Amino acid sequence: MQPTNVSDPKYYHRVVDCQWACPAHTNVPEYIRLIAQGRYTESYLLNRETNVFPGILGRTCDRPCEPACRRSRVEGKPVAICRLKRVAADHKDEVQAMLPAVPAKKNGKRVALIGAGPSSLTVANDLMPLGYEVSLFEKHERAGGLMRVNIPSFRLPESVLDEEVGYILNMGVDARFGTPVESMRRLLTEGFDAVFVGSGAPKGKELDVPGRWDAPSQIHIGIEWLANVHFGHVESIGKRVLIIGVGNTAMDCCRTSRRLGGTDIKVVARRSRPYFKASPWELEDAEEEGVQIVENHAPKRFVTENGVLVAMEFERLEWTTDASGKQRSSVIETVAIPADAVILAIGQENAFPWIERDIGIDFDQQGMPKVDRGTMQSSRPGVFFGGDAAWGPENIIWAVAHGHEAAISIHNHCQGIPVEDRPPQGMTLASSKMGMHAWSYSNDYSPAARTSMTHAELSTRFSTLSVEVELGFDAEQTAREVERCLNCDIQTHFTANLCIECDACVDVCPVNCLTITANGDEVDLRTRLSAPAENLTQALYASAELPQTSRIMVKDEDLCLHCGLCAERCPTAAWDMRRFDLLQPYAGRPAGSARSLPLAAVSA
Amino acid sequence: MTSIAKPPVRHPGLQKNALGLTRRDYEGAMSTLCAGCGHDSVTSALITAFWEMDIPPHRAAKMSGIGCSSKTTAYFMRQSHGFNAVHGRMPSVATGANAANRSLTYVGISGDGDSLSIGLGQLCHAIRRGLRLLYVLENNGVYGLTKGQFSASADVGSTAKRGEPNLQPPIDPVLLALSLGATFVARSFSGDKDELIPILKAGLAHNGFALVDVISPCVSFNDHEGSTKSYRYTREHAEEVAPVDFIPLRREITAQSAEGTAMSVTMHDGSTVRFRRVKEGYDPTDRDAAYAYVRHAQERGEIATGLLYLDERGFEMHASNRTVSTPLVDVPFASLCPGRAALDELMEEFR
Ligand SMILES: Cc1cc2nc3c(=O)[nH]c(=O)nc-3n(C[C@H](O)[C@H](O)[C@H](O)COP(=O)(O)OP(=O)(O)OC[C@H]3O[C@@H](n4cnc5c(N)ncnc54)[C@H](O)[C@@H]3O)c2cc1C
Ligand SMILES: Cc1ncc(C[n+]2csc(CCOP(=O)(O)OP(=O)(O)O)c2C)c(N)n1
Ligand code: SF4
Ligand code: SF4
Ligand code: SF4
Ligand SMILES: [Mg+2]
Repeated sequence: MQPTNVSDPKYYHRVVDCQWACPAHTNVPEYIRLIAQGRYTESYLLNRETNVFPGILGRTCDRPCEPACRRSRVEGKPVAICRLKRVAADHKDEVQAMLPAVPAKKNGKRVALIGAGPSSLTVANDLMPLGYEVSLFEKHERAGGLMRVNIPSFRLPESVLDEEVGYILNMGVDARFGTPVESMRRLLTEGFDAVFVGSGAPKGKELDVPGRWDAPSQIHIGIEWLANVHFGHVESIGKRVLIIGVGNTAMDCCRTSRRLGGTDIKVVARRSRPYFKASPWELEDAEEEGVQIVENHAPKRFVTENGVLVAMEFERLEWTTDASGKQRSSVIETVAIPADAVILAIGQENAFPWIERDIGIDFDQQGMPKVDRGTMQSSRPGVFFGGDAAWGPENIIWAVAHGHEAAISIHNHCQGIPVEDRPPQGMTLASSKMGMHAWSYSNDYSPAARTSMTHAELSTRFSTLSVEVELGFDAEQTAREVERCLNCDIQTHFTANLCIECDACVDVCPVNCLTITANGDEVDLRTRLSAPAENLTQALYASAELPQTSRIMVKDEDLCLHCGLCAERCPTAAWDMRRFDLLQPYAGRPAGSARSLPLAAVSA
Repeated sequence: MTSIAKPPVRHPGLQKNALGLTRRDYEGAMSTLCAGCGHDSVTSALITAFWEMDIPPHRAAKMSGIGCSSKTTAYFMRQSHGFNAVHGRMPSVATGANAANRSLTYVGISGDGDSLSIGLGQLCHAIRRGLRLLYVLENNGVYGLTKGQFSASADVGSTAKRGEPNLQPPIDPVLLALSLGATFVARSFSGDKDELIPILKAGLAHNGFALVDVISPCVSFNDHEGSTKSYRYTREHAEEVAPVDFIPLRREITAQSAEGTAMSVTMHDGSTVRFRRVKEGYDPTDRDAAYAYVRHAQERGEIATGLLYLDERGFEMHASNRTVSTPLVDVPFASLCPGRAALDELMEEFR
């Protein structure tokens, strides 16, 4: 192998599994350490830098970071990264004064944002401090998008949403609520320098089976129904409720039904559990509330009597894998499940009836806009897409990540820089050595199991729709959970010419990460290390030739605990534990330039 | 000292030995030696050797004297028996232990100070006695624990950390053992586990006293320019004369290719020592030739390493004493100590 180039930010970034997996690349281990030190405000601001909505995401994030967390490869479940984020948000001080300032003098560029969901709000958050005049068009009366009208308030309290959306709107955004954009052509004549489409994927999918239209008042489309609940148009539902589909929307529908009078609630899925789209924790939360999950049932028809829905018929399926590895179903029997209401939660679709097809914005055959993955730009220069509007339904954190990228593009576009010119990422790497065997992080390993979230009592939970179910971590829970983090950003940094090949590091490593051996290609090296390096998604580090024997130091990053023992046992400090900080560029702010850094909070 | 104990988590892909144990089950307390001390590497090599030999930790006894080297018995096999004797007296205590319980596997860890100064007589007699013991002499040319005074293994001209040269001629434990009739004499280097581990394994299988002199640099007091026991000096001057592989009896011979093997020796228990390579003109079964070679290498400024001399029949204390095969600890008290009448009867024979 060639010696690993650790000055490329990508190498160490990849080692920080959670940060790598986070679409916005939130610096998880650093914010967890700040929480551990009780520096909640700094932790919040560090979060906000990348993910903009720490309080919201600390409750609702799809958390792609957690399945990636190294801790789960080492022992037990991943660190409760998401719920720790909420701790920072719950306990922070007043942050308004520490948010990026917005100049009174504008830069003369006007940007239109369509839809007030998280993607548009992120664009506004990034552009307002640069002096842009931002107009936000939203068909509803309030901002937040699906976060407001679809995510139920028992998961996301309105006050949390209002606060974080408020930080952005208060920057002086020209918010035009109750103003649907009905013609893109017309909007484009209004002289905006750039337009961002963050209108989401607003259409719930239909289920076209017999009887669908026989009792329309009892059959609902999930996301519409949730919005109607939010607006108070719907206040109750029948006792026996069937939810068709088993994704995130289904989970919110079943739990909301439970709060509106449903007593016998079943979520019915075509497939079996391992194939469900809902996350395991969502299923757990629903089942805790008495919702029943029915597997392997395919909807066949609605059964109505005298115009009243009484049941739904399903085909019970058995799934087998054929020779080519494809899953096939066969029908075992037809069953009818009695129902007073059915909610369809089988997915969302995009719809852009308000974008004319002859204005240079190209769409594909599925009716999706053609959007560049790197720049978020459509085929019409100056028109950008992001969030669910770009490539279909995703989640909040992806919407935020898109928003940051789109803001960079919009800034480039308005400043006459090609949108393809992406500002590079940077990094800093600083020793965390504080003394002989003292580090600036807690390097001891905690064998504690993942802290589970405390929930409100079932009895109080159903009294009002908005009683928040999750109570957040208390001080003890927080203190325990932060110690489970392995500090993967504290990198094992190697200086080959200092090594005297004493083997101390190799011998002490608890998880056999290190090997000193003759060089070879990666495939070969992976087979002759201290322990087999079979996880190909994890990098091998290879050093330059060692001075005494010309062998090389190889590290399998896979299970490293970042315990620092290699560095503590190294006589020459060839190994050092160094804190890696990924510097990300934002619109108008190259990597590493003025940040709303946690430190700002210290001096305040 | 490290700031933390070694975390208990393990690599899930760790191999298990015939007892179902991983290498980590053979570990001990965290080392308190200086970071980078050669002795820690030897500890690690011992862990591997015992693990690969499938020796149950509770059936082994770790014996030592005084010194950084002697401290290391605490750093491996926490479930084994152990005795930390006074300075240089480990061989006597080991003799007693072995006399009482011949069924344990004995490993003695000593240093060049512990063995060649205060304990020189003890070492000599243990060799003569044929004590069945793997004797690991962690040789760094200094008294590490007492801050780096020259030991009896320091070469003439080798300098101390402050620059003054050693004037007294060294005692070479390999030549000493050869001249005293040892049946297993090896030298290796803490920084070369590929060479060291098979030697340790062969030593554990040897039926008698097995001396392994391991150059084990003291990073704190003897790893400087001018030292002849530093990592760099040893790497530059070590000459692998007779590296071996050790193949225990129960392993299929076909498991490892014999190709390139210079010479095979079957041990008393049927296991095999394969000389991976033997330096031209070197015969590891010829005591005089071995002695001469090691002497000449020394004169050339080279350090001959490998299993330098092997008499596969061994020579063992219990055999020469014709002790019962049952370990004395297991012999019922009544027959072990048959009482006054039996003693009187015995005494009668000598009157
Ligand atoms: C029931 C449900 C639960 C969910 N739960 C989670 C969760 O727990 N965690 C998570 O991460 N994600 C969740 N999601 C997904 C998440 O809400 C979305 O991915 C995210 O909100 C998308 O953001 P966005 O910026 O693309 O737009 P959206 O949030 O979809 O907002 C789009 C906005 O644009 C407005 N708009 C649309 N067309 C026009 C127009 N022509 N003119 C003006 N305004 C317009 C809409 O009114 C809306 O306010 C959930 C989704 C649903 C349906
Ligand atoms: C009877 C006695 N004399 C002297 C000492 C002091 N002393 C302690 S360790 C040591 C030398 C150890 O040298 P070595 O065996 O080479 O071990 P190292 O520390 O180098 O591994 C001496 C002289 C002692 N502990 N006891
Ligand atoms: S920090 Fe060093 S000793 Fe600890 S697990 Fe990682 S490589 Fe091993
Ligand atoms: S402990 Fe340090 S000097 Fe020793 S082998 Fe490891 S990196 Fe090299
Ligand atoms: S003083 Fe020398 S021999 Fe003792 S622990 Fe330190 S390095 Fe090892
Ligand atoms: Mg010594």
